[in-house]
Amino acid sequence: MPVMFAIVERFRRVVETVQDYTLFTIETLRCCVGRPFYGREMMHQLHFALIGSLTIVLISAVVAGQALAIQLARELSNSGAKSQLGHFMVISVVRALGPVLTGMVVASRMSAGITAELGAMRSSDQIDALVAFGTDPIRRLVVPRTIALLIALPILTVLSDALAVIGGGFVGMQYHLSWEAYWIGALQFLTPKNVLVGMLKPFFFAILIVTTACWKGFRSEGGAKGVGVATTESVVIASVGILVTDVVCTRVLFRILGW
Amino acid sequence: MIEFRDVDFSIEGNPILMGVSFRVPRGKTTVILGPSGSGKSTILRLLLGLYQPDRGSIFFDGEDLTRVTAARLREIRSRMGMVFQQGALFDSMTVGENVGYALLEASGDEERDVEGTVRQFIELVGLEAALVDRMPDQLSGGMQRRVAIARALAARDPIVLLYDEPTTGLDPQSGERITDLIVHLRDSMGKTAIMVTHDIADAFKVADSVTVLEKGRVAFDGTSTELAHAQSPFINEFLAPFRKAILAAQRQFQAAPGFPAPPAASSPEGGRA
Repeated sequence: MPVMFAIVERFRRVVETVQDYTLFTIETLRCCVGRPFYGREMMHQLHFALIGSLTIVLISAVVAGQALAIQLARELSNSGAKSQLGHFMVISVVRALGPVLTGMVVASRMSAGITAELGAMRSSDQIDALVAFGTDPIRRLVVPRTIALLIALPILTVLSDALAVIGGGFVGMQYHLSWEAYWIGALQFLTPKNVLVGMLKPFFFAILIVTTACWKGFRSEGGAKGVGVATTESVVIASVGILVTDVVCTRVLFRILGW
Repeated sequence: MIEFRDVDFSIEGNPILMGVSFRVPRGKTTVILGPSGSGKSTILRLLLGLYQPDRGSIFFDGEDLTRVTAARLREIRSRMGMVFQQGALFDSMTVGENVGYALLEASGDEERDVEGTVRQFIELVGLEAALVDRMPDQLSGGMQRRVAIARALAARDPIVLLYDEPTTGLDPQSGERITDLIVHLRDSMGKTAIMVTHDIADAFKVADSVTVLEKGRVAFDGTSTELAHAQSPFINEFLAPFRKAILAAQRQFQAAPGFPAPPAASSPEGGRA
């Protein structure tokens, strides 16, 4: 019986946690419209998300794009289809690799930063102080970060996609594929539908990254150690969540597009 | 003005407060005294509506806070100024932005519009107005606590001030300045106040009335003079270090050459016993 009780108790806690996160996310999205809106805080967060993440996102895109292009170019050359490199690069990067890679890199940076900051604010009573002064902490702290990342992540994804695909062209030249031939294949598959599949994902990833990070920060307990645990958990949840969301988005979008 | 009536509160099944009742009259300072973990700070959080009691009522100017809407609770909160333990200053904002925070939130004004008011409140708590551009981490603990008091005072002219352990962690001189300021605010501005502390000397200095908590229950409720003469085992044990310290100080005074003898049998709040 104690084992059974422990299982039921564990299940109850999981359900409560999921419910708590879901309600937090719904409340965040509800607060994204209406007043008060903290524009200056949003601009500050946009700078942190966009400019602050730019370097690591671009480096990651160049490196991952090169690695993918080398793999593809070698196999396609062996099968006599190296002219298809641009086509495969666009499909792989724009639809899947670009959004996921950018999401993961931004998640590792933003999740940790947001959870640590909000966790520290919670443990030093700053969040309670906001409430005491009549401020809704979700509107003041979560909404500006959500909107900032909803703007920054798609932009970073476009830049990341562009760099990875351009890098593929240079790899193609090493395998004796002309720059023009590469781009003819690439642009042929840079269709609105492919772009749509790739560009919708960052919006879901942005909401996932910010809500998990803020939720973990708000719920952190136990001082510095608790903030550390919450930070680790938020990065893990956001990273795994991005992969799961990617699969779900891909399946749903493919069904909608009739692919 | 403020009344707790038979309030129970627990966190995840652990009782924190049990049947707590006390009153705070208008214009008076009530000190919630007790050892660490007795539920003192929880009382302030319940009053602010940060927690909801399991049972009982909390009245503010005749309104039961446990039954008001969220919007009404926000309005009532705006009439209270809270000084959190360790200050809880917003560390991403300057001193001036911290002090002007509630003013800006309420009015939607630009910072320059409230600059004069902010400087006035900073000077009111005994700090230099030139500190407005400093960040909180550039200030000492005592200065941070005074900025927190200025922030609470600037919050739409509160009629009630709540102090959560305002002198904890400060050196004796800084602590003294804070309690002097609390007394000054009561005497000069007539603010109603609740101060939570475990420091008995601070309690006797600022209190009009004292409520002592023991493991979540009210062990004593009365004036500081009544507390000084209370004889229950818990109160005796709780006050013992304080009484010993007073006796030791008196003996040191008497033993020190050249020092005038202290007034005989002074009560802790300075009056004659």
